[in-house]
Amino acid sequence: MEEKENLITVNIDGQDLQVPPGMNMVEAAAILGKEIPHYCYHPKLTIAGNCRMCLVELGMPGRDRATGEPMVNKDGTPKIMWMPGPAIGCGTKAAPGLHIKTDSPKALESREAVTEFLLINHPLDCPICDQAGECTLQEFSSSHGRGYSRFIEQKNVKPKRTRLGPRVTLDDERCVLCSRCIRFCDEVAGDSVLGFTDRGSYSTLTCFPGKELANNYSLNTVDICPVGALTSTDFRFKMRVWFLKETNSIDFETSVGVNTVVSAREGTIYRVKPRRNDQVNDTWMPDSGRELYKQVESDDRLIQCTIDSLATSAVDAIAKASECLQGGGVAIVGSGQCSVEEQFALKAISDGIGAKGVYLVARYGKDDGILMSVDRNPNVRGALMAGLVNDLPDEQLGELGAKIDSGEVTTVFSVKEDLIAGGLTEDQVGKVKIIYLGTHENTTSSLADVLIAGLTQFEKSGTVINQQFRLQKFSRVVPGPGGAIEDLYALATIQANLSGESFPSTVGSLWKQIGTEGSVFEGISFQSLSDQGELLDGSAFEHFSFREGKSLHFEPKKEALAIE
Amino acid sequence: MSVHPKEQRIILKYADEPGYTPDIDCYMKNGGYEMLKKAVGMEKQAICDEVKNSQLRGRGGAGFPAGVKWSFVDRKSGKPVYMVCNCDESEPGTFKDRQIVHKDPHQLIEGIIISSFATDCAKAFIYIREEMPKGAEILNQAIKEAKEKNFVGDDILGSGYSCDIVVHRGAAAYICGEETGLIESLEGKRANPRIKPPYFPAVLGLYMCPTIVNNVETLCNVLHILRMGADEFAKIGRPNNTGTRIWCVSGGVKRPGYYEVAGITLGELVYDICGGPKDGRTIKAIIPGGSSMKILKSGERFTGKDRDGNGYDWGIEDIPLDYDGIAAAGSMSGSGGMMVLDDSVEIPVALANLMAFYSHESCGQCTPCREGSLWLKKITTRMVHGQARPDDVDLMKSVADQIEGRTICAFGFAVAWPVQSYLAKFEDEFREFAERHSRMGGDRTAAKELACNH
Ligand SMILES: Cc1cc2nc3c(=O)[nH]c(=O)nc-3n(C[C@H](O)[C@H](O)[C@H](O)COP(=O)(O)O)c2cc1C
Ligand code: SF4
Ligand code: SF4
Ligand code: FES
Repeated sequence: MEEKENLITVNIDGQDLQVPPGMNMVEAAAILGKEIPHYCYHPKLTIAGNCRMCLVELGMPGRDRATGEPMVNKDGTPKIMWMPGPAIGCGTKAAPGLHIKTDSPKALESREAVTEFLLINHPLDCPICDQAGECTLQEFSSSHGRGYSRFIEQKNVKPKRTRLGPRVTLDDERCVLCSRCIRFCDEVAGDSVLGFTDRGSYSTLTCFPGKELANNYSLNTVDICPVGALTSTDFRFKMRVWFLKETNSIDFETSVGVNTVVSAREGTIYRVKPRRNDQVNDTWMPDSGRELYKQVESDDRLIQCTIDSLATSAVDAIAKASECLQGGGVAIVGSGQCSVEEQFALKAISDGIGAKGVYLVARYGKDDGILMSVDRNPNVRGALMAGLVNDLPDEQLGELGAKIDSGEVTTVFSVKEDLIAGGLTEDQVGKVKIIYLGTHENTTSSLADVLIAGLTQFEKSGTVINQQFRLQKFSRVVPGPGGAIEDLYALATIQANLSGESFPSTVGSLWKQIGTEGSVFEGISFQSLSDQGELLDGSAFEHFSFREGKSLHFEPKKEALAIE
Repeated sequence: MSVHPKEQRIILKYADEPGYTPDIDCYMKNGGYEMLKKAVGMEKQAICDEVKNSQLRGRGGAGFPAGVKWSFVDRKSGKPVYMVCNCDESEPGTFKDRQIVHKDPHQLIEGIIISSFATDCAKAFIYIREEMPKGAEILNQAIKEAKEKNFVGDDILGSGYSCDIVVHRGAAAYICGEETGLIESLEGKRANPRIKPPYFPAVLGLYMCPTIVNNVETLCNVLHILRMGADEFAKIGRPNNTGTRIWCVSGGVKRPGYYEVAGITLGELVYDICGGPKDGRTIKAIIPGGSSMKILKSGERFTGKDRDGNGYDWGIEDIPLDYDGIAAAGSMSGSGGMMVLDDSVEIPVALANLMAFYSHESCGQCTPCREGSLWLKKITTRMVHGQARPDDVDLMKSVADQIEGRTICAFGFAVAWPVQSYLAKFEDEFREFAERHSRMGGDRTAAKELACNH
């Protein structure tokens, strides 16, 4: 590390550790693999210091009052003056010579005390609680609790199922009053609607009068709630979490490329949660992105390939598509929703047949200043870097329309894009032969001469390139419907049919090709690509006027200024 | 009202004089605002030095030296500095600030403006207890009068210094008196005390600006320090315990009330001034500085060595009635609210009463205070209602120990200290009480109601 000079040495349980100044002790201890248990501390929120679970012993090298000289032990080591009471690790910042004890009797005793206090009025309804299995209170009770209760009084009674908003339900009895949810709303979502009413042990989390927790980030409160107080109304009582298998994915809603983790059991997806990536989305994601899994089993899902609207096998549909594409006068409508790999395959096809034009459809929305950028396509940069297109897309396929009208284009191969929504008229669409590869019904799919039913992002693996030119991967969570075929396989097979040469039809094998060619992708393989993604050199596209908005510079709210 | 000869009234000098009214004319007739006139002609630092040299200590609770506190103010940040007068007066047994505010408001205003001038504060706030509506009215009227005479507001007395005073009525909770809770409340938020570090008022106080928080009585003293000079002032009382203090005595004495004294013993206050216990009663214990402080038991011997190494051996009435004296007896002078418990009081009942208060007033932020205080209330209430268990005494002690020193603010101590000290000094009574009341067969319904009905 080049910043070595700036690091300072602290001592944790007798072990010296170099950390940046100002780092808090929960994080510092984590570097040594020591967990200082905590509830209210969250790495991306301001320090509240209210749960008191992270209490540790604190000491500083002593100085002689009279002389100001450092005090030393007999063996010449600095004499550490330990504070009489414990201090919170989350609120203690690294300072030169700082010593902490995380596992001294005093520290352990404090944890046991806090655990007991948190449990006395807790309903202990784990058997019916969604959080059970991933509950911090459960975990710390078993690791730091005394194992029996000394409390024989009546427990407090609080509201059990409060609707905080369209997506969040609150059980106040389970709330440990850590204020994470409140801080999230204030500091990240910028929508202050939560607060405590009443005092002391009767404190109750609630929405401000006349308000509801309805912002597009509301479900993050559920993620960060350390207990089962805030629950997702969608996920509530649906599945025990220990049955869920988790797979890393990417939120396809926008060019931000929010990192996610998708939980599924036996072929069914139950929820989507954010995955921490400090370079991209910290620990947050929009609510809207969590709904995307519903497309997998939606009613308008295409589950069957067709030729002239008659059901057929994927093999036949692909063969028919290849045949149509050989006829000349072909234009290709690719998509910013496609993976990098699919865009490479599409590029190969378009080059091979000498396409009359390759288009994408831009999708723009309002930049919300958080994690929803203006660009609502997850992978326009992938199309640029794969060379599929060499300019930013328009929102309308006007040029394609003109080429159809002039008779230059007679066949359109559209991947994922509805041509009508893209601005072609029904008349124009009616004039051409249509090959459509997509996942959901739309006008184009219903008019397609050849329809290839593809897979959603949850049913395949691949990569996308976000607004920072960060290559990020997503993985298959569940298998797709029987009648559908993986998009990359379909495209690769078409390309093989057209060229007479084999084309890699899996993500892994395709990357062997992409990763070698002295390109920006050099040295990258799908397998080795880290879960945090890899920043690519996007300088070749610097001159493009990407429309992104503030969220490109999304910065987590830093902790309020600390004193020197 | 006659003033007891052992009293030494400085702050309350005029307050109870017949015919003395809270308006500015009356105040000025008695020499009011002369010190402000003097102050604006002085070097600011000179005033600060006077306050420091006077050894004035805070009258709000912790007894921190006021001059030292002022010197901590962060001047490097370039942010405005605020003066906050803590008039929340919510510590049970304390009713001194209200005398000043109701009877001699201009003294406080003069004290605030002098202090603000000395520390170069941009604005001053008086955070007044919600339950003192009349006091707020009086203060607002007084500020209006003072503004008319240019003692408050722009370019005070042509000095070039401007300072407004804003009266803010509190949010009606005990915790609003804790300085960082007060600041939050003043900002319009829930009075949740802030964590220190980093939110020391002197650095990150009101609106994240450096802020001085002082009690009403503390700020009034500044005026008298200027009048007498630090040296004269420091001659009142003992070194490090300078100036008078207004003690509020309640409970089992013949003449409860507020008394401004200096340099006397606890016995002199309770027996000579307050007339001792009511007829036929004896004093059982004394809570010296507001309900949060550790209890002192009659008959106890208080021994130890003072700063100079001299040994002492006091009975309760020998304890010097000041910060260091009461601290030497193992308690604190706190807010000056002295509660005398006579032999009609059952200590466990007194504790139950206190725990009902503290569990109700905990802000609820930090786990040990929030949960511990209500737990203690539930145990003590149950005890009082005849459902005591033999292990309750040990349990209460353990719960209190689990709170002490593990919380955000000193409220945690305020919950723990009574429990710890009552149990330590009256353990036999607790055990006997538990025994007796559990045998009686308690009224379970009443216990339940009390425990669940906050
Ligand atoms: C729970 C709690 C309640 C307090 N209530 C008051 C109060 O009502 N009035 C007051 O002057 N100080 C109160 N204090 C003390 C203040 O925090 C602060 O120390 C004081 O206002 C400083 O003023 P001083 O230095 O002039 O004493 C309280 C402290 C705590 C912990
Ligand atoms: S609802 Fe959850 S996140 Fe919010 S304060 Fe309670 S425990 Fe903390
Ligand atoms: S100690 Fe009690 S009053 Fe103080 S911050 Fe904690 S919960 Fe609130
Ligand atoms: S984690 Fe809650 S106080 Fe530190």
